[in-house]
Amino acid sequence: MNIIISNASTKPIYEQIYGQIKNCIISGELTEGDALPSIRGLAKDLRISVITTARAYDELEKDGFINSVAGKGSYVAEKNLQLVREEQLKQIEQHINEIISLAGPCGLDEEDITGMLRLMWDENHREEKP
Amino acid sequence: MNAIEINGLVRQYSGFTLGSLDLALPSGSIMGLVGENGAGKSTTIKLIMNAVSRDAGTVSVLGVSNQDAAFTALKEDIGVVLDEAYFPEVMSAKNVGSVMKNTYRKWNGKVYQDYLERFSLPPDKAFRDYSRGMKMKLAIAAALSHDPKLLILDEATSGLDPMVRDDILNIFNDFTRQADHSVLLSSHIVSDLEKICDYIAFIHGGRLLFCEEKDRLLEEYALVRLPKERLADLPEDSIIGQKCSEYGAQALVLRSRVPEDLPLEHTNLEDIILFLARGDQKA
Repeated sequence: MNIIISNASTKPIYEQIYGQIKNCIISGELTEGDALPSIRGLAKDLRISVITTARAYDELEKDGFINSVAGKGSYVAEKNLQLVREEQLKQIEQHINEIISLAGPCGLDEEDITGMLRLMWDENHREEKP
Repeated sequence: MNAIEINGLVRQYSGFTLGSLDLALPSGSIMGLVGENGAGKSTTIKLIMNAVSRDAGTVSVLGVSNQDAAFTALKEDIGVVLDEAYFPEVMSAKNVGSVMKNTYRKWNGKVYQDYLERFSLPPDKAFRDYSRGMKMKLAIAAALSHDPKLLILDEATSGLDPMVRDDILNIFNDFTRQADHSVLLSSHIVSDLEKICDYIAFIHGGRLLFCEEKDRLLEEYALVRLPKERLADLPEDSIIGQKCSEYGAQALVLRSRVPEDLPLEHTNLEDIILFLARGDQKA
């Protein structure tokens, strides 16, 4: 598993860890029951604060991605499909918002954008089913 | 448990008063003590070791009051490194090892030997012929070789080159892999502290301006650059410090108090400290 911490990012460090572990779980790189590195171990390996790492784990547990067993460590929780779906829907909405905000300056209206979407959708599906 | 707990500590000198100081270093973490020269960092460290007398307050280290008789025995668990390493000039690293063996009950010759190798310190060279970096590394090796639970370091990285400093920071980082190991280090090289500390305590003119989790500090504060006229538009309680030049203004602001659309820049510890120290002078 790769975790890359950027000091230049505007995202707080705990959010960076949270996001990257969450992505590993959603993408299936980490699966149910996998042990996560210990909080202290991960913090020291990444050379970041233990408190910040603990905060990221707390958030992951609160959102149902991992389970922590006192004295043993943290494990990837059973994949909550509903949760994953919601997460992906949120991402789709975000991208659509970006499209809308870019469309204005380009002088494109709703019809142009849906037209583009339909065209690209068809192309993609044709590639999948040759 | 707190590795160090300071309550209402006061020490008066003619013309300078330290305190009243309240500070706690949670066990398992690294705390950086920052402040300009003469702010009271070294005095604080001496007071923690009960090496100078105090006028008021209490200090407990690893759960024991430092004025208790039990504190003498507890010193086995504390590794201290001051800003200058003092060993007799003619002694070699090997000699230092044999003296320490008779000083500390928990002295571990093997660990010491490993540190000498890791630091590439020649064991037979006289202390006076060591460079400043080597002297410092020797002091740190000695402090780490009696299995301490707490490391206290006063300006241990100042005057050393970046590679050696990074080496030493790595050692502190590894030292705290164990949950009952803690470190208190003072430095005015703020970037060093930013690299490894969990908590930052800022002492300014004998007073503690803040003691906060490092990452929270970096999240709370932000830097903003804007035309001077627009500075007045910001809520007054959002500005921590400001610097104006002919061509514009720079301000350290609290993220939570400024309008959301304001373009904020990520700040660093050094900026926060500089703005806070300067802001204090104006007041």
